[in-house]
Amino acid sequence: MSLFNVFEISSSAIAAQSQRLNVVASNIANADSAAGPDGKAYRAKQVVFQAVPTRSDDGPAKVRVADVVEDTSPQRTVYDPKHPLADANGNVSLPNVSVVEEMVNMLSASRSYQTNVEVMNTAKNLLLKSLTIGQ
Amino acid sequence: MVDGLDGMMQFQTAALRLRSYRQELLSANIANADTPGYKAVDIDFAATLARATDKGGAAPAAPELLYRTPSQSSLDGNSVEMDAERAEFADNTVRHEAAMRFLTLQIKTMLAAIGG
Repeated sequence: MSLFNVFEISSSAIAAQSQRLNVVASNIANADSAAGPDGKAYRAKQVVFQAVPTRSDDGPAKVRVADVVEDTSPQRTVYDPKHPLADANGNVSLPNVSVVEEMVNMLSASRSYQTNVEVMNTAKNLLLKSLTIGQ
Repeated sequence: MVDGLDGMMQFQTAALRLRSYRQELLSANIANADTPGYKAVDIDFAATLARATDKGGAAPAAPELLYRTPSQSSLDGNSVEMDAERAEFADNTVRHEAAMRFLTLQIKTMLAAIGG
């Protein structure tokens, strides 16, 4: 029955949005991490969403996170000779995380998450009502 | 007479099947609101239902999908307009419920005829 597929579609979107929220949390938390595990400054990460058809035809499509890519924009450079990670010229490389962009990203992910939860609830109510057909 | 009962409910059944398919399409549009390059899809409900309930022709395999024309295009090629999709979703929900109510009333009518 088609309505059950709504659960599949919406839950895929909820999973994708929560992964996006995870990445945003990681970016904001590391907005000032001058040294990552590899000794270099942290790079902002972004999720790439992809539509996946639920059937062979190109009908209704689920969502999946195809990839998590690193932001290739240049690192933020700050002149701070006292910093232990400063180079010979006294510059320190800081993450290329834009906190403002990440906040907007977070709001967008949160809204999309909520909308998909509502869609799921609506489908649930419709299915429950269809159980009372004929009563 | 069983065929008669079946035929009586056939229209609402076809309508319900199509409504739930459309509900699925709209939920997919909402789910893919942030997917770059995704094109919002929908069906022409009246035409598809007319084809599905056409007694002469064979039942169509899958409803024909149409792409929505966005009123404002976006940079990433996504054509989902969340407000429009949510409005259509709410509209479809109510009409789905209406179809279920009509079916219930038809069943009740027949039960009244049987029970006297």
